[in-house]
Amino acid sequence: MHNLTIAELAKGLRDKSFSSVELAQHFLGRIQRLDKTYNSYITITEDTALAQAKAADERLANNDDSPLCGIPIAHKDIFCTTGIRTSCGSKMLDNFLAPYDATVVENLATTGAVMLGKTNMDEFAMGSSNETSYYGPVKNPWSTDCVPGGSSGGSAAAVAARIAPGATATDTGGSIRQPASLCGLTGLKPTYGRVSRWGMIAFASSLDQAGTLTRTAEDSAIMLQAMASFDNKDSTCIDHAIPDYCASLNNDISGLKIGVPKEYFGEGLNPGTEQAVRAALEELEKLGASIKEVSLPHSHLAVPTYYVIAPAECSANLSRFDGARYGYRCESPKDLEDMYKRSRGEGFGDEVIRRILVGTYALSAGYYDAYYRKAQQTRRLIKQDFMDAFKEVDVIVGPTATSTAFGFGAKKDPVAMYMEDIYTIATNLAGLPGMSIPCGLVDQKPVGLQIIGQDWDEARMLNIAHQFQRATDFHQLAPQGIE
Amino acid sequence: MDQSELEKLAHLARIDVADDVLEDAARSITDVLALVDQLQSANTDGVAPMAHPQDAQQRLRADDVTEPNCRDAYQAIAPQTEEGLYLVPKVID
Repeated sequence: MHNLTIAELAKGLRDKSFSSVELAQHFLGRIQRLDKTYNSYITITEDTALAQAKAADERLANNDDSPLCGIPIAHKDIFCTTGIRTSCGSKMLDNFLAPYDATVVENLATTGAVMLGKTNMDEFAMGSSNETSYYGPVKNPWSTDCVPGGSSGGSAAAVAARIAPGATATDTGGSIRQPASLCGLTGLKPTYGRVSRWGMIAFASSLDQAGTLTRTAEDSAIMLQAMASFDNKDSTCIDHAIPDYCASLNNDISGLKIGVPKEYFGEGLNPGTEQAVRAALEELEKLGASIKEVSLPHSHLAVPTYYVIAPAECSANLSRFDGARYGYRCESPKDLEDMYKRSRGEGFGDEVIRRILVGTYALSAGYYDAYYRKAQQTRRLIKQDFMDAFKEVDVIVGPTATSTAFGFGAKKDPVAMYMEDIYTIATNLAGLPGMSIPCGLVDQKPVGLQIIGQDWDEARMLNIAHQFQRATDFHQLAPQGIE
Repeated sequence: MDQSELEKLAHLARIDVADDVLEDAARSITDVLALVDQLQSANTDGVAPMAHPQDAQQRLRADDVTEPNCRDAYQAIAPQTEEGLYLVPKVID
């Protein structure tokens, strides 16, 4: 059962090949047996899963036609779940039982999806390797000596190890696409404003967006359909028509104009990764697409722009963790200031503290114009590059990451780790949708192909990805040694 | 960034940074600031700052009460409460 996709599991439930309770039990059993190796879950929600599965079986008996009814999924531990620990990978929230459900969690539960548990992640989604989690690193199922990427490393490892058929995730600078690339998965970050951020613990509010980690584009379409909604509770959510994402999967892609940004193939790109990406472009050409080189001339400003905007927004968002109302409080504070300082100093890890301090600096008196305002201006230049390119092409395609999964501790220098997102960050700054799909192996480790779409163009991206997956079998490869 | 600047910054952010990591933290933040200083070379004359990637306006709503009273649920997860109030260390002597 664990080798089936979400679409196949939905069919199996209706064929009565298995029940939702059997499916949940099967995955819970796999988590118990196998996750000691991967550490992809922080919390396993067995009771919730079995209760939801039982309810789903009743709905299925009454011919419920929701494709996610009875399907087990995992939630990144950044989404609030009522009465269930929502840690965000931090000691600060180790004792936090969320008082409400995130809209994403509620939407998926409404369709009948079954929650297996909450997945590991970089602390407050700040990291590209899952090494900053308070709950320890996650291991990549393709090579347990390597990181799964981050920050949605737990969601990625769980799906790659076949201990969740699909998972929710979030992407602020590449946190869905880079782990998808490193774990051989299909990862989708929708357009900013497509999916509600309500109940999704905020890191950088103008960049954060929830999306999916699945094995196939079809599964991603099924999950996005359930997750996307206009939500009054999120003031940045945009009321834009939601198409039927599955309906266009089988469209012919002949005539599609693909832009390949020359800046994404420069120094720093691993030759094996480049070879796999170039081969994938040839495959897309065989499917009828035309390839044209484009330029995104401000690409070199993306990482510096991000490391002003994201820390600035993070320093404001994380000021709410003060030891007063919820979360970690230090022992025996001597006064209010001592409570704030020690609760935050002891509750946050090094990377989170580093980003709060950088953000505080960028926003402090006298520096605002030089940093935050300047970065908002370069952000517009970056978006304009994409707008100019989209006058000539339909989508932009290139590598997701510079190379395949790297070893634990390989990027100790924070700036070296930040460069891991060099190809994904601009998409968040521009608010555009981005995807990563598997397109090959280098040294038995997966390579990801990034597809960047125009605003609200997820259906076309999923269509391209699905057609690529019909023509290739990279998405069907499983890590060696997976039980 | 030197250690005394970092201490000031940590105070502004209300974070206790342990003495033995101050030097390391100052060095790594200096590296990050060197990275972001690359922005200064960009010509942004006449470029309007972008706050929302779709340039959307802040949505407004009618000033109606929509939230139910959730005080008990919210205080159930607080470190310390008494009679519906959050308790913190004494502020006024």
